[in-house]
Amino acid sequence: MDRMLFSVIGYFALTVMALLCLLPFLLVVSSSMTNEEKIILDGYQFLPFDFSIEAYKILFKYPDQIVNAYLVTLGVTAVGTLLGLFLTSMTAYALSRKDFKWRNKFSFFFFFTTLFNGGLVPWYLLIVNYLHMKDTPLALVLPMLLNVFYIIVMKSFLSSIPEAIVESAKIDGAGDFRIYAQLILPLSKPALATIGLFLALAYWNDWYNALLFVSDEKLMPLQYYLYKMLGNMDGMRKAMMGAGAVVTTALPTEGLKMAMTVVATGPILLAYPLVQRYFVRGLTIGAVKG
Amino acid sequence: MALRTFWKDLKQYKILLLMMTPAVLFYLLFAYIPMGGIVLAFKHFDYSGGVFGSPWNGLDNFRFFFDSGDAYRVTRNTALYNLAFIVINNGLQIIAAILLFEVGGRWFRKIIQSAVFLPYFISWVVVGAIAYNLLNYDIGTVNMLLRGLGLGPVDIYNTPAYWPYLLVLVSAWKSLGYGTVMYLAAITSIDTEMYEAAEIDGANIFQRIMRVTIPNLYPTVIILALLSVGNIFRGDFGMFYNMVGNNGMLFSSTDVIDTFVFRSLIMSNDMGMSAAAGVFQSVLGFVTILAVNYAVRRYDKDRALF
Repeated sequence: MDRMLFSVIGYFALTVMALLCLLPFLLVVSSSMTNEEKIILDGYQFLPFDFSIEAYKILFKYPDQIVNAYLVTLGVTAVGTLLGLFLTSMTAYALSRKDFKWRNKFSFFFFFTTLFNGGLVPWYLLIVNYLHMKDTPLALVLPMLLNVFYIIVMKSFLSSIPEAIVESAKIDGAGDFRIYAQLILPLSKPALATIGLFLALAYWNDWYNALLFVSDEKLMPLQYYLYKMLGNMDGMRKAMMGAGAVVTTALPTEGLKMAMTVVATGPILLAYPLVQRYFVRGLTIGAVKG
Repeated sequence: MALRTFWKDLKQYKILLLMMTPAVLFYLLFAYIPMGGIVLAFKHFDYSGGVFGSPWNGLDNFRFFFDSGDAYRVTRNTALYNLAFIVINNGLQIIAAILLFEVGGRWFRKIIQSAVFLPYFISWVVVGAIAYNLLNYDIGTVNMLLRGLGLGPVDIYNTPAYWPYLLVLVSAWKSLGYGTVMYLAAITSIDTEMYEAAEIDGANIFQRIMRVTIPNLYPTVIILALLSVGNIFRGDFGMFYNMVGNNGMLFSSTDVIDTFVFRSLIMSNDMGMSAAAGVFQSVLGFVTILAVNYAVRRYDKDRALF
């Protein structure tokens, strides 16, 4: 009896939660495919009663800007993720070696940066005024390259690899770097996958570094481009005109905003079912290990 | 003697040290050097002088920050929002995890898990676009619905009173999946013998949850909550900025330390005050983390951060 009651409540509550999480996406997709006049008249709706792909047509008529933003995002994500993964795992490996005398000192050196920092202003001035990275790809890649949390997660994963492996490799005459590259890395695929995904997601969704450090349109990543367009439809019109489009008065502004949103989110949504599994597994490892 | 051991160690660990060098340099450059920039909070910044050449102005930046009333407003908002996020988000995540654990077959679980995890994967920019889509005065779905029900539309973007609820809702929405998976993992690792024992003792499902599942989640809940309390003075800039933007009408209820610092730096170019607010935030955060760590230590020594 209790079981029944609980099941009813449970199924109902979970279904409501899931719907609340999904419906906003449906809303965006459908309004990107609705006739502009219909939107102005009746607002954004869940089903495109007046189906139209006008917004997408206009968006892709002169795709230079979007393609460029995609390329920037892809490049930044690829370089940032690979380099970040390499440095994170290498650092974590050194810190995980129990025979490494100074490992606690170095761990604290890294960890302390999460406790205390100089704030946004000195960091910003360092990057802009002293390192002169404004409007360079470095400003999009470097600031997010390492994350203490990932180093710690990686370190705790590596600590679970039996020490005997390192010991025996040493006896066989392998150097520290070789042990890392040929023994430890292949053994830590689950952790690498998890942290790689976290890094990739962070890079793909990043707009903050662009907001601070990028004014050159050639360097605008996808999310920042979307942000710009959402806030400034005049800018969008200009971008279209700059690309040689004949701008009619009836540019489907509202539909375009939503079409842009779909385009900027698309790859994540497509990769999502594949990627989600690894996230769940990674989180599960992390939670069980504490 | 000490020096000689030092050289010996250096030689022995030279590869490991070399492997760590990029990360060490990274944090020296991007974390430790900016700490020195804290002096900016006590200076009147001008570009020709830079960080070191600008003239000192004592505590003027802080005085200005506190006298304007901004300090009180942004600190209160940051702390209250984070408190609400901690309580509500964790509560919902635990409820969802327990329900998922107790109810449904493999497929149902998978589908629900995928659905609630989805918002975690999108950027705050996209969340901002979705919010606009829902809340816009003229064509937003919410207002269309209200009109359809014969109620007047609501000017959400110009009414501060709605925003605490909206921001709490959005935060819960975006973090639900991540937390649910984490708590689900914790529940799955509970010893099944405890459930069997409860069953034999005649516990119904509600008693089972109250007496077995929830008590077993306490350690996880407490540690996660304490850790987030340590970050209580740090706002999620992406969320606030993309939901609210620079809409001054809403600042009374939406401005947090992070958005204030950003605005003073980028919009008004007030380096001194921005730096002062940043230092204020860092010091508050540091003190809170020390206090939290002390609390964790008393609760469970092994779980303490340091």
